[in-house]
Amino acid sequence: MIILNPKLFDEDVEQIPIRKGFGEGLLAAGEADDRVVGLCADLTESTQMHLFKNKFPERFVEIGVAEQNLATVASGMAAMGKIPFITSYAMFSPGRNWEQIRTTICYNNRPVKIAGSHAGISVGPDGGTHQAIEDIAVTRVMPRMIVISPCDALEARKATIEAAKTDTPVYIRLAREKTPVMTTENTPFEIGKSQIFWDGGKKSQVGIIVTGALLYKALIAAKELADDGVSVKVMNLATIKPLDEEAIIELAKATKAIVTVEEHQIAGGMGSAVAECLVGNYPTPQEFVGVRNQFGQSGTTEELLSHYGMNTEDIKKAVKRVIKRK
Amino acid sequence: MENLTDDRIKELEVTANNIRQSIIEMLLEAKSGHSAGPLGMADIFTYLYFEGLKHDPENPNFPERDRVVLSNGHICPVLYATMAHAGYFPIEELKTLRKFGSRLQGHPHRDFLPALETSSGPLGSGLSQAVGMALADRIDNGITSSKRIYCLMSDGELDAGNSWEGAMLAGKENLRNLTAIVDRNNIQIDGYTENIMPLEPLADKWRAWNWHVIEIDGHNFEDIHNAVNQAKAVFENPTVIIAHTIPGKGVGYMENDYKWHGVPPGIQNMEGEPAKDDQGKEALDDLRSIGGQIGGYHND
Repeated sequence: MIILNPKLFDEDVEQIPIRKGFGEGLLAAGEADDRVVGLCADLTESTQMHLFKNKFPERFVEIGVAEQNLATVASGMAAMGKIPFITSYAMFSPGRNWEQIRTTICYNNRPVKIAGSHAGISVGPDGGTHQAIEDIAVTRVMPRMIVISPCDALEARKATIEAAKTDTPVYIRLAREKTPVMTTENTPFEIGKSQIFWDGGKKSQVGIIVTGALLYKALIAAKELADDGVSVKVMNLATIKPLDEEAIIELAKATKAIVTVEEHQIAGGMGSAVAECLVGNYPTPQEFVGVRNQFGQSGTTEELLSHYGMNTEDIKKAVKRVIKRK
Repeated sequence: MENLTDDRIKELEVTANNIRQSIIEMLLEAKSGHSAGPLGMADIFTYLYFEGLKHDPENPNFPERDRVVLSNGHICPVLYATMAHAGYFPIEELKTLRKFGSRLQGHPHRDFLPALETSSGPLGSGLSQAVGMALADRIDNGITSSKRIYCLMSDGELDAGNSWEGAMLAGKENLRNLTAIVDRNNIQIDGYTENIMPLEPLADKWRAWNWHVIEIDGHNFEDIHNAVNQAKAVFENPTVIIAHTIPGKGVGYMENDYKWHGVPPGIQNMEGEPAKDDQGKEALDDLRSIGGQIGGYHND
């Protein structure tokens, strides 16, 4: 069993923005390897790249509001042996610069690391233009791309350090809002490996697979479901690609019912990846918690998660629906 | 810098003519691909690979080489033909262009031909990659690096915002190790550039982004030689060489005609052009005739 934050369910659980973990991870990666360079599209502090910039100004490039340039300049730097990290909001990178990422990074086989901040609907008041809820779909579809969506700041730090060590393109999905810290310094992280964060034991009726910060909502749901006499397992699927197929199939076999939870469009997202895996290996009833073919709007995180059906109550309802389909 | 001797210029002209003949032969075999741009850029490619570049066909990836980024990937027949004539791979292999399993993909792909610096095709992204290379080189080797990054690009792709994003950054960063060469042939697929999306005053636009601008006749080896070397002497700015070229250069019926941008000879009859079955022969006849006028050298 994975060691989690002992204060996980306390009201005063520590909350840190996931992007902050990225900033710390990039600084650590930069200290470990001088080939690491940082490029940013006019959002240096917002994406937490300023920690790296302040320490290594000679290895930082300010690109300005030009995300297509951000991706292509990074490709050129990678061609000369650098390990570039590029940051902007996910809506603009990998949103606006998708083709440049496909051709000059993935097709070109250059190990550029793309950190998309402010992903998901929880960005809140900025409204629908700034809420990237398509980014998992557009990145996981590209050959060679690794896609990671960390659940909290500590995992984001570890994921960033590991991403720097890979020789392939990586997309790291980051949320803006403060997120409860679920893991600890000692919780292991390995690209491509999922973890069970809540285990209802042999009588578990549903496997809940979550990527990103909604993991916290799923853990609350699991706790409340247990109080209602419903046992589940909750999987943290930080790496969406390559998919931990073995563990997902094992979870499906153990529970015979799956609920996927993500702050993303259902079409093409993590749930779709899970379904692609299971349908060919172990067909299993599955319910999808995510955005249903809509754009977001302004509001608080809690208002938006409830409105678009991704809050704790929605996860519990999905669990009950899928049990009926068994 | 030494001037090119008359004999050296003649050698380069003969090589360029042979490369043009290879381009026509490749396109006839492939039955698809672009004609005008490759023929127009043959002199500049010849100059770079036979005179100006630090490169080694026997050891294509040696770290200290100059870098050539071909941004408008669709003119790859001239890149492939030049590389073959320079010794990167057998000239016979040129006939595999665009065929299944060929190293010579329809647009360049490093997976298939690792001697390429970049894969390309989608327009407007090459300059920024060259800018990234120049930035990385400066981090590693400082502002006096002897390495040069060349970006070969078209005028049509200057419609794309990504091109100007790269130009702006290079100007901001004073990338003296970067030379862009724009093929100013005034055509793109839909017509003449100034009708599709006017680019003039083109030199002023580059100057406004802090570039050193040189305008040359892209078919004159002395011009090319002087411009490439002048760029190395400019300390404060990146340099753009606006090379005025004739699309379809060397093949009479193709010259300056935008209809030959994206089609090969021999597959369709076009108004005012030779019959399709005669197009290939006529193109090669034109080029051999020019080769004869240059004189004194045999084809490969």
